[in-house]
Order: sequence, then C-alpha cells, then structure tokens
Amino acid sequence: MNRQVRRVGLALTVMFIALFAIASSIQVVRTESLYQDSRNVRASYETYKTQRGSILVGQTEIVTSDAVNDQYRFLRKYDSVLYSAVAGYFSIFTGSSGIERSMNSLLAGQSSAQFFEQINALLDGTPVTGAAVELSLDPAVQRAAWDALGGRKGAVVALDPTTGRILAMVSKPTFDANLMSGHEYDPVNQAYRDYLDDPDKPLVNRAIGGDLYPPGSVFKLIVAAAAIESGRYSTTTTFENLASYRLPGTTTTIQNSSNNTCGEGALVTLEQALIRSCNIPFAMLAVDLGQDRIRAMAELMGFGDEIAIPLSVTPSVYPTNLELSQLALTGFGQFDVRVSPLQMAMTTAAIANQGVIMKPQLVDQVVASNLNVLSQPEPQVFSSPMSRETAALLTRMMVDSVGYGAATNAAIPQVAVAGKTGTAENGPDDPYTLWFTGFAPAESPQIVVTVVVEDGGGIGQNGTGNQIAAPIAKAVMKAALNR
Amino acid sequence: MSNVSLTQAIPMLLKAVPRSRNFEAVLLFWVAGIHAFALAQIQLAVSQRMSWDMLYYWAPPTISAWIFHYVLRKYVLNADGLLLPLAFLLNGLGIAMIYRLDLAEITRGGQDLFAERQVWLSCFAMLIAAVVVRLVRNPLVLRRFPYLAGAAAVVLLLLPAAPVIGRTFNGATLWIAIGDLSFQPGEIAKILLAIFFAGYLVSRKGPLSEIGSRVLGMKIPSAKDLGPILLFWVASIAVLVIQRDLGTSILYFGLFLVMIYTATGRGFYVGIGLVMMVTGALVASRLFGYVGARFDAWLAPFATENYTAQGGSYQLVQGLFGMAHGDVIGAGLGSGFPQLIPLAESDFIFAALGEELGLAGIFAILAIYLLIVYRGLRIANTHQDDFSKLLALGLSFVLGLQVFIVAGGVMGLLPLTGLTTPFLAAGGSALLANWSIIALLLVLSDSSLKRVKE
Repeated sequence: MNRQVRRVGLALTVMFIALFAIASSIQVVRTESLYQDSRNVRASYETYKTQRGSILVGQTEIVTSDAVNDQYRFLRKYDSVLYSAVAGYFSIFTGSSGIERSMNSLLAGQSSAQFFEQINALLDGTPVTGAAVELSLDPAVQRAAWDALGGRKGAVVALDPTTGRILAMVSKPTFDANLMSGHEYDPVNQAYRDYLDDPDKPLVNRAIGGDLYPPGSVFKLIVAAAAIESGRYSTTTTFENLASYRLPGTTTTIQNSSNNTCGEGALVTLEQALIRSCNIPFAMLAVDLGQDRIRAMAELMGFGDEIAIPLSVTPSVYPTNLELSQLALTGFGQFDVRVSPLQMAMTTAAIANQGVIMKPQLVDQVVASNLNVLSQPEPQVFSSPMSRETAALLTRMMVDSVGYGAATNAAIPQVAVAGKTGTAENGPDDPYTLWFTGFAPAESPQIVVTVVVEDGGGIGQNGTGNQIAAPIAKAVMKAALNR
Repeated sequence: MSNVSLTQAIPMLLKAVPRSRNFEAVLLFWVAGIHAFALAQIQLAVSQRMSWDMLYYWAPPTISAWIFHYVLRKYVLNADGLLLPLAFLLNGLGIAMIYRLDLAEITRGGQDLFAERQVWLSCFAMLIAAVVVRLVRNPLVLRRFPYLAGAAAVVLLLLPAAPVIGRTFNGATLWIAIGDLSFQPGEIAKILLAIFFAGYLVSRKGPLSEIGSRVLGMKIPSAKDLGPILLFWVASIAVLVIQRDLGTSILYFGLFLVMIYTATGRGFYVGIGLVMMVTGALVASRLFGYVGARFDAWLAPFATENYTAQGGSYQLVQGLFGMAHGDVIGAGLGSGFPQLIPLAESDFIFAALGEELGLAGIFAILAIYLLIVYRGLRIANTHQDDFSKLLALGLSFVLGLQVFIVAGGVMGLLPLTGLTTPFLAAGGSALLANWSIIALLLVLSDSSLKRVKE
C-alpha cells in the first residue's frame, strides 16, 4: 500500500502547488489590475490614512481634510458650491472627480514627487500629509460668473489669454460635494444616486465635458479664421446677399436669423457677415472653402485633442466626410459640430493673443506639507493657428460686433470689448443653446470669457445669445477688469 | 555517525526529533509567542495601544494546548511532535484574525462578534481531542464498528435536511440548530466515513482488488467492482441534492476514491471516479440552480451580472481585491481592510489572512497545512497495520482535500463551496472535527512506532 500512499502524497502536492501558483498570480501578477478595479474601495480607503492636502483659491482653502474621530480619521470638507465643478468630489464609496481625481496622488501624498518626504516621514515618525493644490481661479471672477449665470443651466469659462490660466469655471446646476464625502454608506450612496438620476446631470462639468454643445454662430470665428488664413479671402471678399439659400444637392432652404438679407445691397462682405452674424454668407463660404481647411483650423485650435487642464476635457468634434449640404450647415456651426465651452474660449484666446493659444491650466502650483513646491506649471504655447494679422482682423470685427452688430449687450463703457454671439438650434422645436464668447480690453486683452446657456435660458426659442449670454459675459469681464 | 553527510543528517533529524514530546513543548512555546505577537500587533495597528484584553484571547487556548500536550505526554508519549504545534499555530492565527475583524466590527458599531466564542470553542475542541486520545489509545478499537460508523455518518449527513432542526445558510443545507446552538454535522461525518471506509476496505480488500475479464487487452471491471463505487457515487449525488453543496459532496467522494485506490492499488477506481465526479458536477451545474450560480460566478467573477447577483461573485471578488491589496508581504495584521469581505471571519478567513499577511503568509499557511498532511501520510506509510494505514491516509487526505477545495474556491481556482477552512475559520463543529483528526493521527503515529518496535 505504501506505493499508493506516496502517490496520494504526490497528488496532494500537485494540488497545493496549484494553490501556491494561483496565490502568486493574485498577489503578484494581478495586484495592479485588481487594485485599480473601480469596485475596489481599498485604494480610496488607503488615501484616508494620511491627511489629504487642501485645495486653495487665492490664499483661501476651499477644500480641507479635518480630523474627526472615526475609522477614516479625516473628513473632506468643501467650503462652497461655487467651486464644485472644478474641485470635484472625493468619496470613499462612489469614487472622485475634478481636481480631487486628477491630482489625487499629490493630494494623497503618494506621488513619486513626494518620495523623499515619505522616506523622511518614515525616519522621523511624523505623519505624511498630502500636498496642497493652488488653483489659478480668481475668487472675484468666479463669484461674478456664478452670480451672473444665476439659476440658468450652462457654463462659464474665463481665462487669461496671455498665460492660459483659467480665472473662472462655473457649471450649473452643480452639486454639494459634502454630501458625498461622508463616512456612512447609505446617505452618501443615496446622494450620489440622486445626482446620477437627475436629468440635469449636476455631476457633469459642462465647461469641459458632458455631451458638448452645438456652437452655432460662434463657430463662424473658426470658419472666418480658416478663410483668411487660406489667403483666398479678405475681410472685403463679397458674397451674393440672399434672403434664402438652397443647400447644395437638396431642396432644403435656410435663412439668416433676421429672415432677410444680410443688410442692404446685392453683395455682402465677409466682415459684415461676421459682424451681423449672417448664416447664408457663411454657408456659401464653407462650401467654397472646403471642409478640409475648416477642419484643419479647428484641429489646430484643439478639436479632437485630449486636453488635460489637468481635468480631462472632452474633445470637440468637427464631423468628417461631409456632403456639401452638411458642409454648408457647419459654416455657421450647425449639423454635427460639437464643442466644449473651454474649446470656444481657446478659439477666442487665439484671436485675443495675436494668434497664439496658451495651454489652458487650472493649477498655479502644488506645495508639499514641508512647503517645497512640487509642481508649478509654466505658461506653455498650445498652438499658433493663425497669423498676428488674421487675429487683428478678427478682433476688429468682433469689436464692431459688440459696437453695433449682433453682440451689443456685452458692451462696457470706456472699454473696447470684442465678442461674438451664437444661437444654436438643437431641433425643430427644441430650445436654443445660447452662446457668447469674447474678450476685453480688445487692445491688450486681460480676460477671455465664454458663456453657454442651455435650454434657451428658459425661454425656449425666444432667447438669443446677445440677449441672455452676452450680459453674463459682460459681468464677468467687468469683475476681471476691476480687480 | 561521524561520517554522516549533512544531506543525510537532515532527514534523520526530521525523523528522529518530531517524535519527542520535549520538541513539541519547545514548539508550543514558539507558537504561543507568535500568537502573542499577532494579537499585540493587531491591537497596536487598530487602536494604537496595547491592552490586557489580549490575554483573554491568548491564555485559554494556550493553556488548553498545554493540557493537550500533557495528555499526550501521559498516554501517547511517542506520538508525532509536529501535529499539535502546527494545528495550534493555525488555530491561534485564526483567533487573532477573528479578533481583528471583531475590532473592525466594533469600530463601525456592529454587534456580530466571533472571537470570544472562537476562543472557548477552540479550548473545547482541544480538550475533546485530548479525551479522544485518552479513549482511543489503541486505534484498532475503531476497526470493530465500521458499519456503526458508516450508519452514524449517514445519519449526520441527513440531519441538516431534517425538519425543525435543519438549517440552510447561503443556499447550503449544512447546519442543524437547537436553540442558539448550531452545528455542522458533515464535519464530524468525514471522520466517521474515514473510519467506515478503512474498516470496510480492509475486510473487502481481496475481492475488490481482483481483476475482471479482459476484452481487447482492457481490463473490464466486473459488476462486483463497480458496485461500491456506483453506490457511493449515488450517495454523493444524494448529499449534493440534500445539502445543496458541491464541496461537501466532492470531499466525501474524493475521500472514498483515494481510500479504495489505496486499499486495492487499482488506478481504475481513480480514473472512473474522476470521470464520474466531473460528470456529476457538470450535470449538477445544469440541473440545480444553486450549483449553476456558483459555476457562473466562478467562470466570470468580474462580470457585472454575476457580481451584482444575489449569491453571485461579490464575495469572491472582494476576497480577491483583499488578497491583491496584501501583495507579497501583506498590509500587516490590523492594517488592511479584511472587514470589507463578507464572512471574512469564516468562509473567507483565508482571503482576510492573505490581505494582511500577504503572499508570504499564504505560502506559510499552505505550507503548514501541507506539513500536517505530510506528517499524516508519513504515519500511513510507516504503520504496519492496514486499517491504521488506511485511516491515517484517509484522515490526512480529507484534511488536505478540504484545504484545496476551500482555498481554491476563495482564490477562484474552483467554484466556491460551503466547506470551512480547517482550524482557521470561526465555527465549533469544524474545530471539533479537525482537532479530532489531529487526535486520531497522534494516536496512530504513537501506535505505528510501537509496532515497529515489536
């Protein structure tokens, strides 16, 4: 029988070797993928072991981790809903978003930049604390944007075109991150579910993400830039001045928003078409210019790019393989063109900053608990989509648009404001998406502001970009200029 | 002795030393020290300070182990010296982990505490094991009642399905309860079955080993050969149907196969038995929803529909998350999050230990089990008496197979079953049964030496 006993021993040995092997696979080979699984809350638990760094605006802490007497030891506190879209939320149970997510390793004190700090802490026994993140937001500008947008759904982005620093970023409706930073599962999960189920999607930062928006007439800036840069057009190039235009290859006709011709006369210049924001000349221009040139300009400005500010920005879209009728519609930002408000702010910044887009950035610096500066993003050129001359021409037209054209409600006394409105259609009976994008002062721009208001600002198809969005931008610009 | 090489000396030492009770005493000191360290580390990690509470979880089991040691010294002086310290090491590690989970439960305001109960159940199990040693000093007495043992095993297996006292938990009907006391009779049944098989097979060894007629060079077993295995296969399926647990069924059938193979030396039994086992399992996974659900959860644990399903793979996946968090050296006792794994104190204590002790700890724990199994097989190997040989083999194999099924289930190697992790998991019946196995192995090891001496 001893032969059988030895064989049974061998069989058991093989079984245990299988156990050793699978344990090694779980605890060595698959650790990373298992740890990263979104259903594994251990990663976020782990971050509660150290005091998480604060998030600051100006010199004020807007997000802090306060010591509490429970197993997580620290409770994340958010001072104001003004900053929710940017700061995001940080939850044990439901994950994180915003700066809390994109700067997590630094805030948690676990980045490679904090390696020596961790070693020191290990040696002298002081606990590691996370690094503080100082945002580029300006509290006065942010407050102005929040107040001006009021109860409407939409977003406001303001940035300094010379550096790319983002001065304001508001998205409404928003959320209260405190409801999700709690340490009890049920209320946190309930709040999170409620926000997720809300048709207005309060957890989405509309300034950079979500479903994007049809740009409408603000897209004419890109078409005009592409046209002038092509060398085939100037501001005085003329188009046939029609009251109605049949889309090539179809029986569908389109009108200008005035339902009339674009001003007096049989011909209309590119300049007048932009200032008055007429659709027909831009439809004709798009068909004449060709989709490739428009798309090339859009992509130079950031369309299709995964941009991190460090929050990740949903890439804006200029559609491909367009038929002529569709191409005509994209000339005034309709059909399948979709943009984020930040993308429109970058487009406007190119015009404001003599043709150069600076990379948008939300973070001024990251400071470790020992006051070492861990990271300080320098202003960086994103792209140079147009010449200084083209930018100057577009600036002049945008100033005139505010002066006597389609964007008059953004005018500020004694200040040259450059602007462009948009009133984008979403469907035959759906409310409009209302836009304004512009900058001030036109001669030496300090601030670019882009405003989008959803659902026609609550008045369906009766509102216009000039009526609803332009005054919001004006308030933001004034706040920035009065600093 | 002077020209013995090192490679020769090590096996000699291993053979010689572990029979000494003094060796056992030294190891018990070590093990008690390890337990104290584990409890202290847990207190420091969880509450940043040490308290005398730990004595409560340390002293009674340690005293019980020493009483057991004393009984061995008195009645079976030459018994194996490794079995008690190894089993006690696992037992105390289990108590430490359960205590650690209790602390987490208290922190979150819960009421489900297990450690105190586990302490007293461990003491009780060790003392019962000492009584078993005292009563069964000569294992051959067990040979007298094979059919009684077999009948008792069947009754125990049927009890959970009985009205009033039967209990179903997590889909498996493995428990009986009288008032607040619950019991898993299957754990005791595995010992009785081993005794029954050993007694039955020793008396039937001759006929079962005969070769049937040959057709085209293949041995065709006669009906007489197939009879017992078919009967027990049907019985295992019956257990599966009644108890709704694949693990228990496979454990008994595996025990039967290995014992009949060892008794007869005929690989045919293992071959056909494995085919029947796999077939049975596959058919069961189709026929019985509760087995099928376990199979689905096993095959695709990360699929959302299995993860969110009632009785799905949530627990398995949480266990894997925990083990992955443990990495190679573990989060450290008291520093992981094993409380996130449902039933971490019982079914998933293996994953909880994997999280806090890491791969190193898992290897150590598996090595301890393997060492216990090897000691048992060694007893089978050296014993002169066939009944004792078979019994030692059966008991060590059933222990090893149970660890394989449980640990394999927790780590996703096999479908999850309702078996418990020997010595580690919270639960009295399992402690009682596994300590009794240790007691029987000790007695068998003592008598194996006596025989050699004769």
